[in-house]
Amino acid sequence: MSADLNIILPEILLSLFAMGALLGAVYTGKDKLALPILWATAGLFVAMAFWIGVSGDTDRMAFGGMFTDDAFSRFAKVTILLSAAAVLLLGQDYMTRNDMLKFEYPVLVTLAVVGMMTMVSAGDLMVLYMGLELQSLALYVVASMRRDNLRSTEAGLKYFVLGALSSGLLLYGASLTYGYAGTTNFAGIIAAAEGDISLGLLFGLVFMASGLAFKVSAAPFHMWTPDVYEGSPTPVTAFFATAPKVAAMGLFARVVHDAFGGVVADWQQIIALLAVASMFLGAIAAIGQTDIKRLMAYSSIAHMGFALMGLAAGTAAGVQGMLIYMAIYVTMNIGTFAFILSMRRDGRDVTDIAALNMLSKSHPTHALALLVLLFSLAGIPPMLGFFGKLYVLQAAVDAGLFWLAVLGVVASVIGAFYYLRLVYFMYFGTEGEPLDQAMPAIQWVAMVGCAAIMVLGIVNLFGIEGLAAAAAETLVR
Amino acid sequence: METIILFAPLVGALICGFGYKWIGETLAMWVATGFLFLAAILSWVVFVTFDASAHDGGFYTVTILRWIESGSLATDWAIRMDALTATMLIVVTTVSALVHLYSFGYMDHDPQWRDGESYKPRFFAYLSFFTFAMLMLVTADNLIQMFFGWEGVGVASYLLIGFYWRKPSASAAAMKAFVVNRVGDFGFALGIFGIFLLTDSVEFAVIFEKMPELADTTVRFLWSDWNAANLIAFLLFIGAMGKSAQLLLHTWLPDAMEGPTPVSALIHAATMVTAGVFLVCRMSPLMEFAPQAMEFVVFLGATTAFFAATVGLVQNDIKRVIAYSTCSQLGYMFVAAGLGVYSVAMFHLLTHAFFKAMLFLGAGSVIHAMHHEQDMRNYGGLRKKIPLTFWAMMIGTLAITGVGIPLLYVGFPVGFAGFVSKDAIIESAYAGTAGGYAFWMLVVAALFTSFYSWRLMFMTFYGTPRGDKHTHEHAHESPLVMTAPLGILAIGAVFAGMVFYGPYFGSQAKVDKFFGTHEGGAHGEHHAATNVIPLIAQAHAAGDKDHAERAPQKAGHGGIYIGDDNTMIHDAHVVPKWVKVSPFIAMLLGFAAAWVGYIKRPEWPKAWAEAAQPLYLFLLNKWYFDELYDAAFVKPAQAIGRFLWKKGDEATIDGGINGLAMGIIPFITRLAGRAQSGYLFHYAFAMVIGIVVLVTYMTIAGGAK
Repeated sequence: MSADLNIILPEILLSLFAMGALLGAVYTGKDKLALPILWATAGLFVAMAFWIGVSGDTDRMAFGGMFTDDAFSRFAKVTILLSAAAVLLLGQDYMTRNDMLKFEYPVLVTLAVVGMMTMVSAGDLMVLYMGLELQSLALYVVASMRRDNLRSTEAGLKYFVLGALSSGLLLYGASLTYGYAGTTNFAGIIAAAEGDISLGLLFGLVFMASGLAFKVSAAPFHMWTPDVYEGSPTPVTAFFATAPKVAAMGLFARVVHDAFGGVVADWQQIIALLAVASMFLGAIAAIGQTDIKRLMAYSSIAHMGFALMGLAAGTAAGVQGMLIYMAIYVTMNIGTFAFILSMRRDGRDVTDIAALNMLSKSHPTHALALLVLLFSLAGIPPMLGFFGKLYVLQAAVDAGLFWLAVLGVVASVIGAFYYLRLVYFMYFGTEGEPLDQAMPAIQWVAMVGCAAIMVLGIVNLFGIEGLAAAAAETLVR
Repeated sequence: METIILFAPLVGALICGFGYKWIGETLAMWVATGFLFLAAILSWVVFVTFDASAHDGGFYTVTILRWIESGSLATDWAIRMDALTATMLIVVTTVSALVHLYSFGYMDHDPQWRDGESYKPRFFAYLSFFTFAMLMLVTADNLIQMFFGWEGVGVASYLLIGFYWRKPSASAAAMKAFVVNRVGDFGFALGIFGIFLLTDSVEFAVIFEKMPELADTTVRFLWSDWNAANLIAFLLFIGAMGKSAQLLLHTWLPDAMEGPTPVSALIHAATMVTAGVFLVCRMSPLMEFAPQAMEFVVFLGATTAFFAATVGLVQNDIKRVIAYSTCSQLGYMFVAAGLGVYSVAMFHLLTHAFFKAMLFLGAGSVIHAMHHEQDMRNYGGLRKKIPLTFWAMMIGTLAITGVGIPLLYVGFPVGFAGFVSKDAIIESAYAGTAGGYAFWMLVVAALFTSFYSWRLMFMTFYGTPRGDKHTHEHAHESPLVMTAPLGILAIGAVFAGMVFYGPYFGSQAKVDKFFGTHEGGAHGEHHAATNVIPLIAQAHAAGDKDHAERAPQKAGHGGIYIGDDNTMIHDAHVVPKWVKVSPFIAMLLGFAAAWVGYIKRPEWPKAWAEAAQPLYLFLLNKWYFDELYDAAFVKPAQAIGRFLWKKGDEATIDGGINGLAMGIIPFITRLAGRAQSGYLFHYAFAMVIGIVVLVTYMTIAGGAK
């Protein structure tokens, strides 16, 4: 038993920290302690990421296979923790300014992160659901952090209701699976799901995939995304766009490979369909947007489509491409949101893309960094975003999914339009009232740093290629 | 040293072209010129000290770097030094250096430019760059490098023809030169591919050894079987036709005269246009095994020589006359190369470079003196005004028309450069075709050459001044920087033929020695004398060596390859006396006709033209080649282009993309925006629809097998 606990020690520590911080703050300084807790949380995330990153290279199971600790989960956890830490720090200035920095915020984020870590380590349908709900519940609350704001509360409510529906679908799928496989353990399901699987098991798979598709905001289960992104406070939006996506994608990969790895051909179709729908919807619907947060919502839908393309390949190379894609996607988004968080005019936050007009004149450095990030998001070589797409396209082609790869390229061409439109505004737009000069140091560093990574990373992707390959190897056997 | 020769012009071009803003125009131009003179001096050193017998196989290689390595294609960037390269080195660098010097005078105060515009450093940089590319071509040790140089000179030629970019005609001429050369280059490239396909190499040293096999190989190309050697030789010759302006692909050369005159002298007379001849000589190991292709080369060369000479008869633009003359002389060279006397082709290439560069530079001097007037009908009586130029042109004309003393032999024939080398070709033509088509074409062409050359002289320098009085009054002798190069070239035009007779045409043995076609020592008596100076000095040994003594040449050895049954040099020496005299007689007839027409009875040419009006127009319009091509290629190409542009690009592609991007995509965007209503039940409905679709799809198409 102690060995099992040892394996989930990071999760336990984080949970203890969350509870401790909650109790401590309630009985002492309350919101006055918010800032220290936030910093402590971020610090703890980084320390945990480091710890998980360097600890052991063995695959371990806890609680009879319910919880898995392998290279795949470690890769996902490190990404989740680092991105969560970055987003916490980025939003701190914004939260303070708008008087939203409550001490519950870092605590809730910590709990969400624990949920995500559980998700990517899940080895059982029960654990899967537990992690998912822990994450989701925390996220519903942070979405409506700004209780006095109509849109924020609306966002939280919408997210909650639709999230509940998706949880229902997922649970229905899980119970079908249990009913036909006779077990909730992935190791047991994979044994049952081989060759020609029964229709019941297939239905279970489809329903579970739908529930997970909701979490990664893949079309047609994406409808919540733009509204929630727009309504939530911007730091929360930034959080939504990063860590939970990695976790959900990791969980998706785990379910289809660990539990249904024997029937690749069956779920390949579903995921490919989801990928195509997401890529095209994200690319086309984003064109009409004028709010940059909504725009980023559609952008993330399209990006999830590409990540799903890697998954649809159904090979180790596909999972590797998916992981690399997610890591690059998270980095790009952190950089972009660092800028969005700083968008203010006369002290008020703005999110209209018209505010970008002639940014190159008033903020040349910001404009250049944003240009690099947008090019990268659009997948224009030589930025890193291009290589992310290259990996998943390569995986799809190698898996024989030519049509998927071709459609992906077409979608990315369409999608390039709205990224380039932002660049056009920045460099060739009409002169307007400029944005405020000030940008907090953390945001500046994050933005310029991410932009630099997009350019410098082409040398060797900072070595994540090998790590992602090793992670994919443990998942796809 | 070879490396310095190769790179000096490039360094000069870079410094001059990019550095003139810092170091000043004049210094930049002197730097480029200085580097060229350095290259020229070193080239002469290399040429004079070159000793084929000292090197295994008659050549040596200077490797510069590993260039391409891709699969089985591996080539170095290397200099192949043999007699052929050495010859080209002196031709290219000498003429180029002199042209650089000449340009100081000619390009000064060019009326094409406004005050204060910098154009001279650019001109010099282009010239130097051209020289570098040409040296790349002639020093190449493999076909890829040669092609690189081949295209490099093409680019330089394009840039220089269009140098007066304010003149639409110059830009059009530049494009024409480039496009017509593309046709030739296509053949050349196919030839290279073919060689690589069949020998798996592009390096001369390797492919030359495999050429005998090619003669027995059959390849399938364009739906029929061909002899490999013939096919590839033919394809390569198409490349040569383009570069050397042979019939069918000759149309760009007269138009290229739109470029500044020094360019015409350097590129379109002395060096670049001879690249085709060089190519055929370089590929002599292949050509020797491709008799049918060679017959075609002879036929086309002879026809070009004749055709260009006829057109030259009636042209009025001084530069165009010389341009057609160049075209015609290139035809001579191809006849020689096609007959298998590669050394003679190179001999004429060498002498021609001197006297043709000189004619062009002389013409440039006339044009300079006459304030950029090029129409000979507006010249006349310039002999007194510009005496130095007159004498230079006179020497050039004596050389090209082939003035000499026939049948006199004092170890070498006595006469101007053109006399010696042209007679060598005509004798070879008689020997090679048994007095057939090529021989008669060349003799007639010699007659025409004499006529138009003397016509040029008489119209320009004799008679009474015609045209604008003012221009004639202000005609002035050119500065020293322009007349000095003329003087140097004059030496070449007078003596090159006599001096270099030995190693290029003296006897089979001497040619073998100079080109290193055999390992040293095959012919005992000439053992000590292998490099060019002793070969020149040696009096012609008693008669020609009996060819039977000649040991078979190893494939891949020597600067040129002379097949075992190729006895052309010997045969050419033993042609009947009347054959040897025939070009001289042709020359006299041409001179007499020109003298009667333009000195004695100046009113006659007009009468001749009217009497034979159709013929006159036919010649004046250059056999209507331009019109024919315009109707056959240019117009249809433009029509296709317009169709693809208007219908294909604008209507179909642009229309399609616009329709998609501005009609369909925004429509879908609006649709997606409308779906995003904000109502929860819509969203939930979408999710339910989604799952229904997925489940249905899986049930029908997927799992329920």
